[in-house]
Amino acid sequence: MPLIEVKELTKVYDDGVVKTPVLHGVSFSIEKGEFVAIMGPSGSGKSTLLHLLGFLDDYTDGSYNFSGQDAKSYTGDEVAHIRNKKLGFIFQSFNLLSHATVLENVRLPLLYSNIPESEWDTLALKAIDSVGLSHRTSFDSAQLSGGERQRVAIARALVCSPEVIFADEPTGNLDSKSGGAVIEILQKLNEELGHTIILITHETYTAEHAKRIIRIKDGLIESDTQVSSPHHTNGGILIK
Amino acid sequence: MTFKHSIQTAYKGLEANRSRSLLTILGIVIGVAAIILVMSLGEGAQNLILGQIQGMGSKTIIVVPGREPKGPADAAQVLSDSLKERDLDALKRKENVPTLKTIMPLVFGGDSSSHENETYRLTIFGATPLIETIFDLPVEQGSYFTEEDVRGRTSVVVIGTKVKKELFGDSEALGEKIKIKGRSFRIVGILPEKGQVSFFNFDEAAIVPYTTAQDYIFGIKYFHRIIVESEDEGTIARTVDDITATIRETHDITIADKDDFFVETQADLASRLSTITSILTAFLAAVAAISLVVGGIGIMNIMLVSVTERTKEIGLRKALGATYSDILTQFLLEAVMLTGIGGIVGILTGASLAFIISLVLTNVLALSWSFSFPVSAAILGLGVSGLIGLVFGIYPARTAAKKSPIEALRHE
Ligand SMILES: Nc1ncnc2c1ncn2[C@@H]1O[C@H](COP(=O)(O)OP(=O)(O)O)[C@@H](O)[C@H]1O
Ligand SMILES: [Mg+2]
Repeated sequence: MPLIEVKELTKVYDDGVVKTPVLHGVSFSIEKGEFVAIMGPSGSGKSTLLHLLGFLDDYTDGSYNFSGQDAKSYTGDEVAHIRNKKLGFIFQSFNLLSHATVLENVRLPLLYSNIPESEWDTLALKAIDSVGLSHRTSFDSAQLSGGERQRVAIARALVCSPEVIFADEPTGNLDSKSGGAVIEILQKLNEELGHTIILITHETYTAEHAKRIIRIKDGLIESDTQVSSPHHTNGGILIK
Repeated sequence: MTFKHSIQTAYKGLEANRSRSLLTILGIVIGVAAIILVMSLGEGAQNLILGQIQGMGSKTIIVVPGREPKGPADAAQVLSDSLKERDLDALKRKENVPTLKTIMPLVFGGDSSSHENETYRLTIFGATPLIETIFDLPVEQGSYFTEEDVRGRTSVVVIGTKVKKELFGDSEALGEKIKIKGRSFRIVGILPEKGQVSFFNFDEAAIVPYTTAQDYIFGIKYFHRIIVESEDEGTIARTVDDITATIRETHDITIADKDDFFVETQADLASRLSTITSILTAFLAAVAAISLVVGGIGIMNIMLVSVTERTKEIGLRKALGATYSDILTQFLLEAVMLTGIGGIVGILTGASLAFIISLVLTNVLALSWSFSFPVSAAILGLGVSGLIGLVFGIYPARTAAKKSPIEALRHE
């Protein structure tokens, strides 16, 4: 049973005045433990697709099965629980709470989980450590560099040990050195800890760290290929 | 999410948006404080006015010469010399007014007084010793003149504290003489400081036998008032009827329209004043309502803007696993904390201001003002501003929480 299975998925944005069709029917499935890169030109609908997969927005038509169950059959609270416990989302623009420390930001998902409070600090510190930010724990998030902020966002996505981590151009706002570090962390999470990773990028070299690449164009899947031997950054930098 | 963490989250939310939180609190403080202040002053004014009436007992009946004023154009003073000694004698007869307990004529007017080089303009009351009980005016030093003095037209006087201070300063006044209308009056008693009683300020007064006042000071043969006390409150109506009948008989009046006097009870006065005070209260309530509306609009604006601005934060929290009710609880608690703090500070501010003003009125203006805390205004102010805070704190949060996380996150 695939972890994620979409069939003829469509999305039409409708602000009440204009309807903007973005996804015209995409079908694919992703198994547990995969590392998939989604590529495509700007405006092709990559982010839209990732939001639908991550339960952050509602699709218009088609079907989406998550863990073998129809996504539409989950109640509001069940969806909240899935977002909290099973999915981790890394946004291109970080989306950290400003006026809060690194620790507070990473602890945020735990607040909405059913994990006992006594474990929160341990889990949060472990996640912060895994992205190499232990020396920044009590810094205000506004005091951090872009690369550090993205690593905080990764730690926040990790802290509840989700099954899937979604990353929407996580290196897009970073220099190549910070970007390399971020990709290295994601790759490690996949290879060593078995997290399923779905990564959007428009850089072929970055995408080739994944095991599979899905290309999207104009709201349709253009190609879906396996990567024969993924790159490994190993502390290096992303070559563009 | 546990309640403890909901509270912590709400508190952090307020702290992270400190200036907007303070503005909201300020709006609530102003609304609540304004209402408390206005209503406290209103209650104080009412008590002041009602206290004036209560200076005289509720069994007191006042006979006033002249025609009862029915409108502003009436010349009330036309028959102002209609109450004379024979009316007093007729009323005193038990068979005429059986329920009468005490009766006292009263004459009054302003004149100047002097002692050595000091002069002072005082209010002169011509009365009998009964004035002590009728106006609740015991002397502090000495004693009142006697019925004997009234009969003998003696030149003796009881003076108020202000008169004593102005004419004698700190030196002994009892037994000394003051001059009124060129005549020497011996001071037999001094009143304690009293302030305003029944619209008269006895601190600035001199009380003399009414006979002396009529003959030697005012040169009149009539009374300005006749004050009667009924046996008890149940007999007031009967006493009033008997008084009216008796005076009509002495004045040969057969139709009520021709009355050259009228009778007032404390109850009449109270009801007339309560009309005035209820107009005053309605006016103050209107002012308070306006301040509440203005404060409410302020709270509404700040709440709407600040919660709407946090749509992005709401989207983020939802993306990280917050449920709809987690979000609502957070903003509900934030609004409760804001309105709670604002309400308490507002009550304290309003009450302190009202208290300071009452101190100024008592100490500087010497009014017998008493500070009162308007509980109903406090509840109303808290209720309305709290409700506005809650509604406009939760309504935009609810709208934001209903959006998909991405829609909310896209909000700038
Ligand atoms: N909320 C929205 N309303 C209307 N159109 C939207 C909205 N969000 C995205 N779009 C449009 O959908 C298309 C795909 O957007 P997106 O999924 O962000 O593309 P990508 O991530 O591949 O660059 C773009 O043309 C974009 O303008
Ligand atoms: Mg995008």
